[in-house]
Amino acid sequence: MNIVSLVLQAGLRDLARNRWVAAYALGFLVITEGLFWFGGTGPQVALSLLNVVLIVVPLVALVFGTIHVYASREFVELLLAQPVPRGQLFIGQFLGLALPLSGAFAVGAGIPFAWHAGAGPGGGALLALLVAGVALSVSFAAIATWIALRTDDRLKGVGLALAVWLATTVVYDGFVLGAAAAFGDYPLERPLLALMAGNPVDLARVLVLTQLDVSALMGYTGALFERTFGTGIGTGVAVATLALWCAAPLALAARRFQRRDF
Amino acid sequence: MSRLLRALLLATLVAPPLAASDLVVDAGGRYRTITAALAAARPGDRVIVNAGTYREPTIVIGTPRVTLEGRGWPLLDGQGARAVLIVAADDVTVRGLVVANTGVSNLDDRAGIRVRDARRCLIEHNRVRDNLFGIYLQRAADCVVRGNEVVAHGVSQNTSGNGIHLWYSPGARIEDNHVSGQRDGIYFEFSSGGVTTGNVSEHSQRYGLHFMFSDSCRYERNVFRENNSGVAVMYSRGVVISHNRFEHSWGSAAYGLLLKEILGGEIRGNVFTGNSTGIYLEGSSHLAVADNDFLQNGWAAKVLANAEDDHFTGNRFAGNAFDVSTNSRAASSTFDGNWWDAYRGYDLDRDGVGDVPFHPVRLFALIVEQHAPALVLLRSPMVAILDAAERVFPVLTPEALVDRRPLMRPPR
Repeated sequence: MNIVSLVLQAGLRDLARNRWVAAYALGFLVITEGLFWFGGTGPQVALSLLNVVLIVVPLVALVFGTIHVYASREFVELLLAQPVPRGQLFIGQFLGLALPLSGAFAVGAGIPFAWHAGAGPGGGALLALLVAGVALSVSFAAIATWIALRTDDRLKGVGLALAVWLATTVVYDGFVLGAAAAFGDYPLERPLLALMAGNPVDLARVLVLTQLDVSALMGYTGALFERTFGTGIGTGVAVATLALWCAAPLALAARRFQRRDF
Repeated sequence: MSRLLRALLLATLVAPPLAASDLVVDAGGRYRTITAALAAARPGDRVIVNAGTYREPTIVIGTPRVTLEGRGWPLLDGQGARAVLIVAADDVTVRGLVVANTGVSNLDDRAGIRVRDARRCLIEHNRVRDNLFGIYLQRAADCVVRGNEVVAHGVSQNTSGNGIHLWYSPGARIEDNHVSGQRDGIYFEFSSGGVTTGNVSEHSQRYGLHFMFSDSCRYERNVFRENNSGVAVMYSRGVVISHNRFEHSWGSAAYGLLLKEILGGEIRGNVFTGNSTGIYLEGSSHLAVADNDFLQNGWAAKVLANAEDDHFTGNRFAGNAFDVSTNSRAASSTFDGNWWDAYRGYDLDRDGVGDVPFHPVRLFALIVEQHAPALVLLRSPMVAILDAAERVFPVLTPEALVDRRPLMRPPR
């Protein structure tokens, strides 16, 4: 455990030095506070912030994550020359990436939420958005770590990260839309539900939407979603699936790290 | 019965006119019960009911031209067991009563005040509370229902009736009533030529206003608010709906105003705000939809392809998730001279009309109308990109519905 905290501290110090994370947190702070400032109520702010979170959080986690892992490569190699368990080293290194990323988001968006939440409704939606943002940060940081560990070429690695971002935020939904149009004659509600679970970005979006009354616009599908995700158990399942989206890439990255010949 | 009525009516015409007298119902007076006073009343008399609680078998007014008037809000209590008041004569006035508590029955449509086979009744300024049906006009022609407060606390559609219910009652005027918590706030069936103005209908279990097979009716300056399914009007001709407010009907099967099989009519100057669907047109043709405000709805207008030759003009669309949606690329309704907050065109000749046509139906809205499950992508970044793509490649946008003269400034 000592190693974990040591590596984590080193990672945090490294991140503190380059001020990216502070700027990221400040950015969210300004956007969120600005949305409240321009007369937004809780649900409106959650809805406006949703698209920012869905686009920006995965992008930053992926690009920043891959760059960070590449940059700390020599540091890791140096430590691996010492008698250090690889597992602990990996955990320390990952936490050094995921904690600042999710923490920056949580602080940046969370402070205005906490400040204004007493002023209006939509607490559930804001909380869901916060949970979704943190989960997306961790999940995409894990994916970034995995990509960087798989790919030696930095350019290729960052490119791959961008491709993953494009795929999860846009292409996947395009595919879903195509499928919905192509198989429109079939009862698609449940398959689509499964498809939503297959992409952390969609899952996060649906999780937040079911906390807002816009889900009424989704008609029958929305009703099914609401019944599936809107209840306590459903929300739990959605959050658990999001957690799985954090754990699965993390496990892949850990395995890669264990076996990798540095 | 009707022969007796006619005889009575004839008698009143033939007999020398007597001065109308007041019969006072009071706990300590000559008439202890309303029934007794009504039995003694002659045409033209007034029965004055003083404050108190009256628990009597269903009260029937069978004498024409009688006025039943409460002083100090007397309570007519149905004790959860029976209909309270039945008007079965022409030209009767009922005023100033508290009519309550018919209880729920699945066998008969119990009503607080029922007008049955009578003409020209006037039901005004009553408080009608916790009844299955509030005020029920049954084959009652040319009646006026005015300034009543109809309140129920029904919990489901099955155990509550309608607030003001008209059945085969032509020429009615429904004015300035306040209806809350009933199944349908105001209900018209087979009742043509009615005028409904200035009412507030809210928190209904089903529809705030519901009418079917009622031609040539007018609905003006009413407020329909937070009704479970909004307002539904069906199978009628020549309907005028103007200057009403349709507010906050929100839910997967809720509509601000649902029109089905309406032929010819005018929807003018209304405000639709905060509804999951503002106005829904299905099989409704030759309607003028003009000068309305559509604000903050999920869909401002859903115009299905089987709604032919409906004309939208001078409307204001702002803050809606979807402005217009349709289920086909070949819809035949027209849009002309509306204001759209999503319009990004320009006006070089400064005539107040945009030089670029506006297509209110986005590609995503069309896909969603044809394949409802695609709605899972609501608020997805991909949809924003789709909208942007439509600006770059206009060929993607459904041509079906187009506003060739979009306004540059909001009309109001």
